[in-house]
Amino acid sequence: MPRELMEHDTHIGGWQDRFPSTRRSVIEAARGGDAGDRQAAWETLIAAYWKPAYKYIRVKWQTGSEEAKDLTQGFLAVALEKGLIERYSTQRASFRTYLRMCIDGYVANERKAAGRLKRGGEHRFVALDFEAADRELSGNGLGADPEACFDRECLRSLFEQAILALQSTCETAGKSVHFRLFERYDLTSEVAGQRPSYEQLAAEVGLPVTQVTNYLAWARRTFRRCVMDALRELTASDEEFRAEARRLLGVEA
Amino acid sequence: MTASVNDSTLDHLRRIVQSAEPEDPRYRIVETLGQGGMGTVYLAEDVTLHRRVAMKVLRGVQDAEAVERMLREARVIARLEHPGIVPVHDAGRLPDGRVYYIMKLIQGRRLDEYAEASASLQERLRVFERVCETVAFAHAHGVIHRDLKPQNVMVGQFGEVLVLDWGVAKVAALTELRPPESAARGTPCDAPQTAHGTILGTPAYMPPEQARGEVDRVDERSDVYALGGILYFLLTGQSPQTWMGEPGLVPPRQLNRSSPRRLEAIGLKALSAEPQQRYASAAELATDVARFRSGQAVLAHREGVAERLARWAWWYRVPILIVAAYLLMRSLLILWQRR
Repeated sequence: MPRELMEHDTHIGGWQDRFPSTRRSVIEAARGGDAGDRQAAWETLIAAYWKPAYKYIRVKWQTGSEEAKDLTQGFLAVALEKGLIERYSTQRASFRTYLRMCIDGYVANERKAAGRLKRGGEHRFVALDFEAADRELSGNGLGADPEACFDRECLRSLFEQAILALQSTCETAGKSVHFRLFERYDLTSEVAGQRPSYEQLAAEVGLPVTQVTNYLAWARRTFRRCVMDALRELTASDEEFRAEARRLLGVEA
Repeated sequence: MTASVNDSTLDHLRRIVQSAEPEDPRYRIVETLGQGGMGTVYLAEDVTLHRRVAMKVLRGVQDAEAVERMLREARVIARLEHPGIVPVHDAGRLPDGRVYYIMKLIQGRRLDEYAEASASLQERLRVFERVCETVAFAHAHGVIHRDLKPQNVMVGQFGEVLVLDWGVAKVAALTELRPPESAARGTPCDAPQTAHGTILGTPAYMPPEQARGEVDRVDERSDVYALGGILYFLLTGQSPQTWMGEPGLVPPRQLNRSSPRRLEAIGLKALSAEPQQRYASAAELATDVARFRSGQAVLAHREGVAERLARWAWWYRVPILIVAAYLLMRSLLILWQRR
């Protein structure tokens, strides 16, 4: 193993160093600042939470796909119109729990009203791929515990954002092989027996096995940082960030 | 690329996020090997010596008792230098406070998997004897394992047998295991490691006194009970507790007719509810199993004359068959000559 690679790959400084607390919370950004910042923060929040919200509505409220789509879009519109983010207090609960309670309140009201108006037409949201969400819900997903399902979907959404961030980081840093290895090994299902061995990967990219494991170690370390960065963005305070890291990821941040 | 994470990948990525990064640049995590009750075991690379090692990391940092238990496990194993116990190379803390220790990487199968994969009875008993010997060694050094079960025994690629997971072990001689700083702080030497009433271990293989939380009564014979449970599993494929009910333990031969009667007796003696009725030590149990393997009478079973003859005949079946064949041939030859 080349010495310079070892020195480059191993970063000493602890978790605080690896997960800097300088990233701004998008919850804070969505509550204040200029209109442009608010819009960008909203888009980040919707990208992170629309899918957990949609699946949660389907599982908890036992709705069909079409009704859940309407409810999800309606909820996001109401959240924006009525300033649900502005009303969020970090003292009461985590943002994730608050959001889930808001969804429950919204759906209960809509059911009570029984005459739902289609909302959301006047707002510009990020593209919501409901078909992909339905595919992920297939199997026994619909019979799951709704709250556990919501937590799991939040985690899935967090990882999906972190993967995109990792890809972007790798491209910027000229480490496309690192991402390719991560994609081939860590994003390939182990259940289906499709995951290649380190030896196979080494043959694919023309590197020694030790270098493959080094590259993967770097990619995983960077992925961890991306996950923590994304989580920090989606939480309103340092305390909530640490609590969410413990609850969702099982790590002490 | 559109990132889409299925359930299996989600769990894998979660493990990656949880995986440890030691502050010491000497060890680099390669992948997760398994999850245990206390922590996670990773395959790691020792970048200085260019070798692969196993790294056990405690889950969470909040529980001071769990931290102490993990460190104690490392010290217990480090003290027990025996071919049946995985050697510990190093121990430390991660930047986030989690405790870890480094041990030799063993590749093999857990005993339950090994037994299910059609190992012969003789081979299973060979493995069982090695387990008993390792436990006897630990007892001789004042260490009671307290969580023996097939899942905590590993059979290596070359037939080596290792007893794992010493995390809930009871140590008689505490002073030798304590780090110097805690001794300097004046921690009482005879402080019990487990409060009375605390239940540690796996219910299916746990002796009654341990299950009742009677810590003071837990001794070598408690491990003998668990060893009896392992033997029961090797004979029946079931853990003893599964069959424990009001009428008592179901004899192995009721679950597997091919189990030898004397071996059944050995298992049931080890599994006696009263510690006094069990083998006094793991070594004594190993000796009785060795007697069975060599065709001798076992302590656990009083034989009748017929049984003794049958055992004797079975053990000497080859010379008996040779002599019988010789006599038969000889008789036939005599008859043929007389015609």
